[in-house]
Amino acid sequence: MTEATLWSRLLRPVLLTLVALFFLFPIFWVFLMSFQTNEQILRIPPSLFFSPTLDNYWGLVSGKLVTAAGTLELPFMRNLWNSVVLSTGAVLLSLLLGVPAAYAFARFKFRLGEDIAFTLLSFRFAPPLLVLLPLNLYFQTLGLNDTYIGLIWVYQLITLPLILWIVRGYFEDISPDVEHAYRVDGHGWLKTFLKISIPLARPGIAAAALLSFIFAWNNFVFALILGSSSIQPVTVGALAFVTASGIQYGQIAAAVVLSILPTLTLALYAQRYLVEGLSLGAVKG
Amino acid sequence: MAALELDRVSKIYGSRGQHGLRAVDAVSMAIKDGEIIGLLGSSGCGKTSTLRMIAGFESVTEGEIRLGGKVVNQLPPARRNVAMAFEGYALYPPLTVRDNIAFSLLRDKRSKAEVETKVQEIAELLAITDLLGRYPPTISGGQAQRTSLARALVRQADLYLLDEPMSQLEPQLRAILRARIKDFLIQRRMTTVFVTHDQTEALALADRIAVMEAGVLQQFATPQALKDRPANLFVASFIGEPPMNIFAARIAREGGSLRLTALTEDGADAFSLSLPGAETGGQLATTLGGRSTVRLGIRPHLVEVGASGELAGTVISNQWLGDQTHIGVELGGATLIAVADGALAAPVQSAVRLALPIEALHLFDADTGVALMHGLEVATPGVQAA
Repeated sequence: MTEATLWSRLLRPVLLTLVALFFLFPIFWVFLMSFQTNEQILRIPPSLFFSPTLDNYWGLVSGKLVTAAGTLELPFMRNLWNSVVLSTGAVLLSLLLGVPAAYAFARFKFRLGEDIAFTLLSFRFAPPLLVLLPLNLYFQTLGLNDTYIGLIWVYQLITLPLILWIVRGYFEDISPDVEHAYRVDGHGWLKTFLKISIPLARPGIAAAALLSFIFAWNNFVFALILGSSSIQPVTVGALAFVTASGIQYGQIAAAVVLSILPTLTLALYAQRYLVEGLSLGAVKG
Repeated sequence: MAALELDRVSKIYGSRGQHGLRAVDAVSMAIKDGEIIGLLGSSGCGKTSTLRMIAGFESVTEGEIRLGGKVVNQLPPARRNVAMAFEGYALYPPLTVRDNIAFSLLRDKRSKAEVETKVQEIAELLAITDLLGRYPPTISGGQAQRTSLARALVRQADLYLLDEPMSQLEPQLRAILRARIKDFLIQRRMTTVFVTHDQTEALALADRIAVMEAGVLQQFATPQALKDRPANLFVASFIGEPPMNIFAARIAREGGSLRLTALTEDGADAFSLSLPGAETGGQLATTLGGRSTVRLGIRPHLVEVGASGELAGTVISNQWLGDQTHIGVELGGATLIAVADGALAAPVQSAVRLALPIEALHLFDADTGVALMHGLEVATPGVQAA
């Protein structure tokens, strides 16, 4: 038996399992926790064996947090919905603005083009806390505080640069001659963009959209400062589990599982789509 | 089909007025309806820029392009009704080879059967029938190139632009397809401009060839005229394989005739020829004017190798190429390449005699490189010849 086959047959699966365990164990543990009561979670030593309960999930869905000190109203489902609205809205707006911009940056040389592209990227460098205070003041004056529109606008700081720069790279990889061939066939510029450039860059656009969706979904600090409970996403909503009578670990775990679900399904779906897009051989004619 | 005119067309990259790069410099050409034109030149000579200006992908900095009598400078590519085959193929990756070819036909709302017939016809012409169901990423470069060529030729356009249409094909296939494509273009009277750096392709396919260098049109003439009457030193040395022998030469007048002495690279006398003054009368002398130096060009194919030759030299190389022999001969310190048909028994270091018939000689101005004489014929100035 050669070294290569020994490596691929034995060592690799073992190492892969180790890595997978290392990264997935916390999620697995949280998943188990979501079916346990607070007492079961906090017992020492911890155990893998327990009688599962759906109370945590029921509490979240019904919006009532039952603690030792009494029943609390908990708008978790509302938070989840807010997350969906904010993230989807932000990504859609970014796609609408970012994809044509990325195309322009990739195809045309214009004055200050590189500077503008870099400025947009630099939004990612600035610490959010730096801009939050002035933003808060502006938003209060403009009446954007505590509105979906206001938050989606601020989320552009996260999603727009990401989409712009990833998609730009994809557009640059597409030979302009494919577009030229289409234009010589008698089609206008806009139609070429919609029918040739965008479909060819679709894997890139999908990847960028997915990535920016995850970033938007996970954002905490913008929503914490600029929104009240009516529009706050799950990341901020989870703070409510820290109650006067203790931290509700079981419900936090159930909330984590529920809030992971949308991004996870989206990722799984988009991954299949990405592979398909790439295997069609897009980019290079 | 339509006639195409380029009227002092220039392309300047970078900002106008400042030190922009002049990629194409005042190129003028009048291409007749149904004519096949080759743009020939080395890389970066401006031939592709010229083609792209005609197609409309590059703006025209100066001058006018007229297609069918109409100025098209400001017209977008979509409205020029030209077909183009791209050097990088530019096939639509998600479509099969068949759909790639049929793409523009389907848009014209033709019947399915008619489109299929046309696609079959062009696919057979270019030997890609068995590829029709494949996708572009799965076929080779040569196959992709033929597909891209088919996509352009299948269209009903006023003008066909082909950028390096056969660069990726293997030599045998290239020779076959060249002949087929030429027939196809002639039969349908398709006005065609193609770009190539391969002179064999240009000579074989084109009715007229435009030789370009450094953005300037050097000569625009038939293949025969380019060979027999090159307008300047560049064309003379660019066209022909092996290239023309070029020497610096000194002219001396001896009574009624002229004596031409070719020089070595160091300026020493290499060999001399006497030009018959009587035959040309005063014409030769008039053309040469007061010049005492010229450049002498000698076509290798016209050098006569044999015992009767007036010049004696030594063979320094002998290459047998299958149906002709290229021999390098040293003549008084200068090296001359001669081509003989068939195998030539002239081993290296052996003595050989050469004759240089007057038709083999071309004289060029020593400074400008402009042609003065082709054999005994006085060169006509200008780049355009019918």
